[in-house]
Amino acid sequence: MSDAPTAARPQPGMAAGALARVAVLPVGLALRVLDPPMRWLQRAIGVRRMAYVFLLPNFAFFGLFVFLPIGINIVFSVTGGTALFPSERPYVGAEQFAYLFDCGSYLDPSSCREDHFWRGVANTTKFVVFQVTAMVLFSLITALVLNMKIRGRGFFRAVYFFPVLLSPVVVALIWKWILQRDGLLNAAITTLGGQKILFFVDPGWAMFWAVFVSVWAHMGFYTLILLAGLQAIPADLYEAAEMDATPRWRVLTRITLPLLWPNMIVVIVLALIKGAQTFDEVFVLTGGGPGTATLMVVQYIYETGFASQVQNFGLAAAASVVLGLVLFVLTLLQFAAARRKEI
Amino acid sequence: MRLGILLGQRRNGPGRPLHWTDIAAYVYLALGVMLMFGPVLWLVLSSFKTESALLEFPPSLLPFAQVEVTVPGQPQKLPLFRTTLPDGSVRELAQVRRIGLVAQMVDPADPSKQYRVAIDKREPVRRVALATENYSEPLQRFAFLRFLFNSVFVTVVATLITLLINSMAAYGLAVYQFPGKQAATLAVIGTLMIPMTIILVPVYLVVTELGLANSLWAVILPGAATPTGVFLLRQYMLTLPKDLIEAARMDKASEWQIYWRIVMPLTLPALAVLAIFSIMWRWNEFLWPLAVLTKTEVYTLQIALNAFQGELQTQWHYLLAMTVVTLIPVALVFVFLQRFIATGIGSTGMK
Repeated sequence: MSDAPTAARPQPGMAAGALARVAVLPVGLALRVLDPPMRWLQRAIGVRRMAYVFLLPNFAFFGLFVFLPIGINIVFSVTGGTALFPSERPYVGAEQFAYLFDCGSYLDPSSCREDHFWRGVANTTKFVVFQVTAMVLFSLITALVLNMKIRGRGFFRAVYFFPVLLSPVVVALIWKWILQRDGLLNAAITTLGGQKILFFVDPGWAMFWAVFVSVWAHMGFYTLILLAGLQAIPADLYEAAEMDATPRWRVLTRITLPLLWPNMIVVIVLALIKGAQTFDEVFVLTGGGPGTATLMVVQYIYETGFASQVQNFGLAAAASVVLGLVLFVLTLLQFAAARRKEI
Repeated sequence: MRLGILLGQRRNGPGRPLHWTDIAAYVYLALGVMLMFGPVLWLVLSSFKTESALLEFPPSLLPFAQVEVTVPGQPQKLPLFRTTLPDGSVRELAQVRRIGLVAQMVDPADPSKQYRVAIDKREPVRRVALATENYSEPLQRFAFLRFLFNSVFVTVVATLITLLINSMAAYGLAVYQFPGKQAATLAVIGTLMIPMTIILVPVYLVVTELGLANSLWAVILPGAATPTGVFLLRQYMLTLPKDLIEAARMDKASEWQIYWRIVMPLTLPALAVLAIFSIMWRWNEFLWPLAVLTKTEVYTLQIALNAFQGELQTQWHYLLAMTVVTLIPVALVFVFLQRFIATGIGSTGMK
């Protein structure tokens, strides 16, 4: 690849391109060395079956690290004990699930035997409701604003987008630093005559900031999707509206929003899927606390399976099967939404 | 008034006055810039403050540090204070030692003169100074370079593997007609629906059985085959002219040669997008490394940062500096390649 003629159009980031070339050099060499055996293979099995050769490595990875684990996950969830290897685990049937779902009332996590799981479910639900609402609202407003005839649009788009690239740990630390007891926000509050607020000691504030930080970090991504949708709306519709001197408000409610609706559904469902899996930012920001006020389902799975004193793989697997089913339903919704978008 | 005319005529041409929504939009954007950039700027500024400056409340905007001077006859550098002397004059004096409420001060210009001053009669002399030791000290005190190396290694190797196997699979799916093609495509869609979060435990088992526990390969391999990458590259390869491949076959090029000498170079723009995605994913990856890496020497930067922030006495001056270092590659990607990412998300709806 390194010595191949570059047929691609000139691109931005030439320095990065040069750097990539150096990194790719050994791969290029390996690709060349592979040619004789591949030629021999092609002669042996024929051109058409070479497709399988090309698919093999990727699907070997899929098999080993996705499909096989799904199977093992189900085995884990119906077996008990503390052993990691499936054959050493005694079959317990639906016991793990029964344990997980053993609740006095599903609305009251403290009445459940595995109350942390249900706190996780309750917190994640609360988080998702607030987060998705705020996310859709703010990315919609931002996309609408960025779609106006504004100077420096590229710059502003970049401003809203860049936190998307930050790692969840970095995002959480940035905000933890601002929100800590003697942090910038408390300095502002005391300057204005208020009292310091211990944001991570109060359950309500902790949840608020978990939602806020997550919206801050991911808003740009959804804004970009909505912006693409806005730019796909035919310009002549707007021109016609202008001819008729239609008020802006009416243009928004009669043209823009209805035509943007399919993209909105995609954004909502995507945000739901990501929101249900929330872990890292919140985990680093609040550690799930105070108490269990911001403990999410994924954190429960992680702690049950890996971080606790007695690693309970069976229970963690059962919980991930439950989460997986929820995500599966959401993904079906996503496909339905995507199909509607095509029509 | 003139400004209004100027703004009003921007792009809309004359005859279209500035609507209130335009002003609202600029206000919104200005607030947005502050809210999005402000926190990161604050992080960078804070990372250059000394440990004691970080403890100040309310915090100062810029990193200040007390000035220290070398005074002849004194072995150490001495902190400088603006001191009000009993006669009412104000002078900059260096503190030799402090005993209770009284400090023994010396005039740096004239070291023979010593003063005894009550400590409430003096104020530290402070100038803007960058506490670069926040950056240099973690290099020695923690295995910071080790974490940095681990992160770079994981990111580079994983991205190369991803580009290779994803492009091969994409080529297989884009170029050939073969039995099972439909099933293979469906399988790729299927993996798209299985996030790492729900197969954490069994992947851990697989990795352990392969003998990879607590090695960087345990982080690299499980996510190497990405459905997003296969899709992205396949879509792009489908747009390449079929005649090109036919012509190459006529010239007796092997299928492997067609793949890496003809199709790969033509797919470079899509490969670039995938490379950027992969670098972002790998550099920022958290949950899986957190679960599988338990020994400090294999920590990636993200895991190390999390470990440091979880300590009882968080050493913020080091933590902030290390956070900035972790942020740098991402910032570079952003500055140079932002356009690529925007197109990538625009065309796939994935990140």
